[in-house]
Amino acid sequence: MEPRTSVIEKRLKHINRIIAVASGKGGVGKSMVASSLALYLSQKGYKVGLLDLDLYGPSSHIILGVKNQFPTEEKGIIPPVVHGISFMSIVYFTEEKPSPFRGVDISNIILELLAITQWGCLDFLIIDMPPGIGDETLDVIRYMKKSEFLVVTTPSKVAMGAVGKLLRILLELKKPLLGVIENMTMTDSSFIQQEVKRLHVRYLGNIDFDTVLEDSIGDPDRLVQTQMMKDLSRTLQNIKL
Amino acid sequence: MHEWALAESIVMAAVDEARKEKLKSITQVTIFIGELQQIEKEIFLFALNELSKSQKPSIKKDAFILKTEKSMLLCKNCGNTWKFSDMKKKLNEAESESIHFIPEVVFVHTRCPRCGSPDFEITKGRGVVLSSITGVR
Ligand SMILES: Nc1ncnc2c1ncn2[C@@H]1O[C@H](COP(=O)(O)OP(=O)(O)O)[C@@H](O)[C@H]1O
Ligand SMILES: [Mg+2]
Ligand SMILES: [Zn+2]
Repeated sequence: MEPRTSVIEKRLKHINRIIAVASGKGGVGKSMVASSLALYLSQKGYKVGLLDLDLYGPSSHIILGVKNQFPTEEKGIIPPVVHGISFMSIVYFTEEKPSPFRGVDISNIILELLAITQWGCLDFLIIDMPPGIGDETLDVIRYMKKSEFLVVTTPSKVAMGAVGKLLRILLELKKPLLGVIENMTMTDSSFIQQEVKRLHVRYLGNIDFDTVLEDSIGDPDRLVQTQMMKDLSRTLQNIKL
Repeated sequence: MHEWALAESIVMAAVDEARKEKLKSITQVTIFIGELQQIEKEIFLFALNELSKSQKPSIKKDAFILKTEKSMLLCKNCGNTWKFSDMKKKLNEAESESIHFIPEVVFVHTRCPRCGSPDFEITKGRGVVLSSITGVR
């Protein structure tokens, strides 16, 4: 018998809201939005956790500049607090080596992380999701029942093709959907907005392509000053946080 | 001491199962401990006994039986099989500790000793498994 599933609900009990930042597509800015959202909420005075579930290509630790940190062991593992955010990631255990995992391993890792991580009381737990509708998405839906989804796309038809499928499955499963953020916009186009509305999902707004964003990666103090952060804050006005 | 969190999962799963089976008390719980997770048995047992107090249905004192399960790793590339203990010496302390927390990072820190492939499988001895419960109705 699998004992870990029994304890997960207890571990997540004192977390008020769980927001999974997801997309059908990779490279659209999920990690950037997830990390920035965590910083934004933390700055507002909320108690915030960030869980990087992109096990092949974890990125949040790079964006937040997390180095030489390791969870504390106490009746489980307590995530280190970085810039006010309780941050959990597979990188603590992989030391940045390549991570060749198969699907069953992915599920096992997620179960293990959820069973042993002691988040304590949080107002928000933000999840940085990998792309697609694979094991991670299905496990979040299965084990983190109160999760709500914030979906990110780029202006491209190619991105929207995959994002549309994620939206449709989330709608079918009746998961709470906070809406869609259109990231890295460079021209005016209402294509994404129309597509999103056609699915009866909320279009939250756009974040312009920020040509100097790269300079702030790894430095949260600068990241919160960027145009990207201003645009993100504007889109967040459209959801109840 | 993350053994405590795993012990808690065992106790909660045992109680869930006992309720499902309408048991009045739990008299015996058999647990397999996979070699890969390198659990500190004494701490684990201590945690199990502590967490068992004041449960409903009640859990008898010393109900827990711990059995170690040797690991078996199977290479999908060349078919080789081996045990984690065969290669543990080659790991440094940090790598070994990471596997203790998340057994799957064995794919990150080790390779098939014969062909060097990371594409192998843990066929036995991964982690903590609740094997059986007995009790009275
Ligand atoms: N609004 C933006 N402007 C400029 N660059 C961005 C923006 N959003 C994300 N990026 C960059 O795009 C790349 C992909 O973003 P990332 O968050 O890693 O995507 P994902 O997590 O969806 O794969 C990163 O290099 C990130 O810094
Ligand atoms: Mg990412
Ligand atoms: Zn091999």
